[in-house]
Amino acid sequence: MVNGKRVLIIIPALNESGSIADVVGEVRGELPGVDVLVVDDGSTDRTAAVAAAAGARVAKLPYNLGVGGAMRLGYRYARDNDYDVAIQIDADGQHDPRYVPKLVDLLDDNDLVIGARFAGEGDYSVRGPRRWAMVMLSGVLSRVAKTKLTDTTSGFRAANRRVIEMFAGWYPAEYLGDTVETLVHTARRGYRIRQVPVAMRKRMAGTPSHSPAKAMIYLGRAFAVLTLALIRR
Amino acid sequence: MKLTLVTGLTGLILLATIVELLRRRQLREKYGMLWLGVLVIVIPLSLFPRLLDNVAGFFGVVSGVSLVLFLGIVFLLLVCVHLSWEVSALEEETRTLAEDFALLRAEIDAERAARLADGAQVTAATRDELVSHDG
Repeated sequence: MVNGKRVLIIIPALNESGSIADVVGEVRGELPGVDVLVVDDGSTDRTAAVAAAAGARVAKLPYNLGVGGAMRLGYRYARDNDYDVAIQIDADGQHDPRYVPKLVDLLDDNDLVIGARFAGEGDYSVRGPRRWAMVMLSGVLSRVAKTKLTDTTSGFRAANRRVIEMFAGWYPAEYLGDTVETLVHTARRGYRIRQVPVAMRKRMAGTPSHSPAKAMIYLGRAFAVLTLALIRR
Repeated sequence: MKLTLVTGLTGLILLATIVELLRRRQLREKYGMLWLGVLVIVIPLSLFPRLLDNVAGFFGVVSGVSLVLFLGIVFLLLVCVHLSWEVSALEEETRTLAEDFALLRAEIDAERAARLADGAQVTAATRDELVSHDG
């Protein structure tokens, strides 16, 4: 329970046995009374076993579906088990669970709350094509959602019952669909979206890629996904 | 004459292949019927390539063979698009199945854990009882 609400933390994880125990442990330590669901997205390592040993509920997908597939499973679990709030957190430990109560509070007046980097708190910066992609995404999506959004690809989000219900039935499994397309879809249906600044931490395991070619491809795909999302119903 | 032989034979071999696949139930009927329909048009054309010259002339195409080539490519493109669409639908179905499966497995795991915990409590209680009786 956080402020009288039943809260489910959903952690999509793919081969994160190195960090998942710490992430689950930290969430349970910081937020007693909150249920944690780790969705193992077809890992080939011991992610599911490690997460279960750390005290999380585990749903193990038989093969890899991508973050979108894992998240729809999470929202279906939240809907079926009657949770008031579902919060997505990354398995690599870059999201600080101490921000969760803040996100939950904001759900009183909003339907979807996004924990955003680059919004004043913490130090996190990108340059080059990746930066252009982020500027493009945040510019267009802010207009669509009629609220300032600076970090549209953030995997730190809180959803209330209405949005849980929607996401349980519809959640794209494609690349960037889980972030960009869901925002367009949610905003178009009149749900209120709001972002709150959060500091991001260094990943506990794994490294982000810095290749310029990959950054260009990312920009192209982001543009394609955004265009498609805008012309879709 | 040689050419007619090659094209006619090719058509007949394709026809035999489709019929055999249908006979062994390797092809869904909807696809089998599609290809049989195509062959019903293609085999006469392979034997008499000049059959469509008049129709081609009407559309401003010089030779009936060119018209068939054009229509064939358009048709194959449409078939490819249709197959991509079918695969997308199948992926959506298997995705839903995978999610259902994971949810069920999580439910079973939770129930098993609860039952084990209950069992452990019962054994502990019986042991306590035995101890108190002995004492």
